[in-house]
Amino acid sequence: MRLAALWGWVWRSAAAVPPLGWLIGAFCAAVLELLIGYELAIMLYLPKVPPLFGATLLFQNPLLFPATLLFDLLVYILPVCAVAFGTQRLTDRAAAFLEHRPTWLAALMHLVLMYAILHVWTEASAYRLQVSKLVMIAVMLTLSLNVINGYMGEFSCSHPGFMALGAYAASVFTLVLFTQDRLFGPALLPAALGPFCYPLALFIGGMTAALGALVVAIPSFRTRGDYLAIISLAFMFIVKSAIENIEPVGGPRGMGGQPNWSTLPVVFTAMALCIWIINNFVRSTLGKALNAVRDNETAADAMTINTRRTKMVAFMFGAFWAGVAGGLYAHEVRHVTPGGFGIQMLAEQLAMVYFGGLNSVVGSVVGAVSISMVSEVLKPLGLYKWLVIPLILILVMIFRPTGLIAFRDFDIKRILAPRKAALKRRE
Amino acid sequence: MSLEFLLQNVINALQWGSFYALIALGYSMVYSILMLFNFTHGDIFMTGTYIGLGVATGLLALSGAMGIVLPGWLLLAMTIVIAMFLTSFVGVAVERVGYRPLRDAPRASAAITGLMIGIMLEYGNLAILGTQRLLFPPIIETVTYNIFGVFVTNKKIVIVAVALSLMLALHLFIQKTRWGMAMRAMSFDFQVVPLMGVSINLIAPMTFAIGSALAAAGGILYALAYPVLDPFMGILLGWKSFVAAILGGRGSILGAALAGFLLGFIEVFVPIVFPSTFRDLIAYSIILLILTFRPYGFFGQAHSTQLRL
Repeated sequence: MRLAALWGWVWRSAAAVPPLGWLIGAFCAAVLELLIGYELAIMLYLPKVPPLFGATLLFQNPLLFPATLLFDLLVYILPVCAVAFGTQRLTDRAAAFLEHRPTWLAALMHLVLMYAILHVWTEASAYRLQVSKLVMIAVMLTLSLNVINGYMGEFSCSHPGFMALGAYAASVFTLVLFTQDRLFGPALLPAALGPFCYPLALFIGGMTAALGALVVAIPSFRTRGDYLAIISLAFMFIVKSAIENIEPVGGPRGMGGQPNWSTLPVVFTAMALCIWIINNFVRSTLGKALNAVRDNETAADAMTINTRRTKMVAFMFGAFWAGVAGGLYAHEVRHVTPGGFGIQMLAEQLAMVYFGGLNSVVGSVVGAVSISMVSEVLKPLGLYKWLVIPLILILVMIFRPTGLIAFRDFDIKRILAPRKAALKRRE
Repeated sequence: MSLEFLLQNVINALQWGSFYALIALGYSMVYSILMLFNFTHGDIFMTGTYIGLGVATGLLALSGAMGIVLPGWLLLAMTIVIAMFLTSFVGVAVERVGYRPLRDAPRASAAITGLMIGIMLEYGNLAILGTQRLLFPPIIETVTYNIFGVFVTNKKIVIVAVALSLMLALHLFIQKTRWGMAMRAMSFDFQVVPLMGVSINLIAPMTFAIGSALAAAGGILYALAYPVLDPFMGILLGWKSFVAAILGGRGSILGAALAGFLLGFIEVFVPIVFPSTFRDLIAYSIILLILTFRPYGFFGQAHSTQLRL
């Protein structure tokens, strides 16, 4: 009983701090870690600053775990709480001020702050930087797959194919125009222009994937469910084996040497855009039409929804973002092979979507981040990692069949609202 | 293209078709009962092959220790029967753990648990047996017959003959026995038939068991032809057979068998005409075209396509 009261107290006081407060706290913690992290780690007999809050150490070297817990407490938890609760009045007033300004202004402020945190936090190690970028790319993939599998209720297996199309189209664009490549010869444009044209490359990647999605979208007019699953699966295999047969892009050996343009700001901006646009899309009339088509196609048709157009738009829209994510991925790992876009990747992406929750933007983010994190944490286990992750997923499916956070709206305005007013309203 | 060459490839295609058909039957049977695909099936096929390996090795060691030389065909028959029996329990376990708790859940969730159990089987196998590839013991010696210039090995004859007789046995079981009648009734309507006193908790595990047993038989036949085993052998074969099951029309036993053989023929004959790297590309393109123009497969009915979500 006392524990429940304590928990309630903690929960109430945490809820009284607006997100702005937590972000400022996290920023202070990140700066603090950059300043004294190494010295503190040495003092606690840690070899270096724990890369992912010490989670990777859990299985690598369990003896160090108490020390990493102490490190986390001193560097992250205490400063975050201190700053968040200390500035609560100030940040709540700021949130109240922002509530009456346009939403984009508040959202932009929070995003800039989030980026600053990530930027400072990833200064510490290259490993952190890479994991963060890959996680953000995974968020984009999961979200776009959720549009098709969650919001429209198809079981599409073609996402790795869309991603491969985007990755290869974007890579060919940058390799032909901006680099000295053994396959495509000298650069056609000066390399200095490159980073400015990178968004164009990503856009081309996305559009290629969207065009490829027509192959899956057109049969979907006549069939649904398992048959469409097979069509999309066949599409994935076709893309993979077509790329293997195109010698100019390297065939089965793959394609390497992409310039490293997937920097943190680029990936972060792409992810923020992706979340913003997809969230607006699924809350629009067209997005609600997706749900109607999922729940009952005939009824949706009777309600004057153009089901063909809806399906086509959803497939192309989801594929577009998968293509953009593929382009980012290709310029991050800088070597792509057609074999990499296969069943394994499909299983991973499906796992992220169904773990996080169908029909939910927050669920997708949670699913992508948590599956990637669990996968990083369990890496030292080697083989046994692939026994633990499926077990977790099976348990989640049995006890929450639609995923952790399913069927929930992502309302930025409500999240950013000042807390005092929100709490008062609830009472 | 000479006639001998053609016949030679027909025999190869029949052999591959037998593997695909035996595995596809398991997918199709489970679908007809539960309206769900058993995505673990490819890995059950793999597990069945490994169980067959264990049984064959055990039988060889046992007969060696007792000083008896068993004839090859008897050894093979015993291996197949014992492995089929043992693998059926794997199928029952998969149904109990992965499918029964999710019978009323969205079907995609059951697909995910199926996939995940498959991954656990693969990596569990790696963890237990190690990463080295195992060799299936040569139970029967290869004899090559020359029939009018066409070379046929006894293994190929055994593979096709066993596969066909298993399919016939399955057909008889489903058409002539009371259990088969219960299964047919259940596939007609799995919500009303339980009210008539046929328990779905009995029929569903039985379907999984029969499907898994057929997959184990397919696995042992596969190992006769390609004796090097690895834990991921079930993935590609399983997905391709899944495609065959869909192509046949969901829930149609005859369709699944025919589509399995069709897939074998496509895969064997495409590399003759085109470069062999085009095999998957063309095979899947043909499947895509067939499904675009006949969206319910060869023998499937265009009944309600409403998703249970």
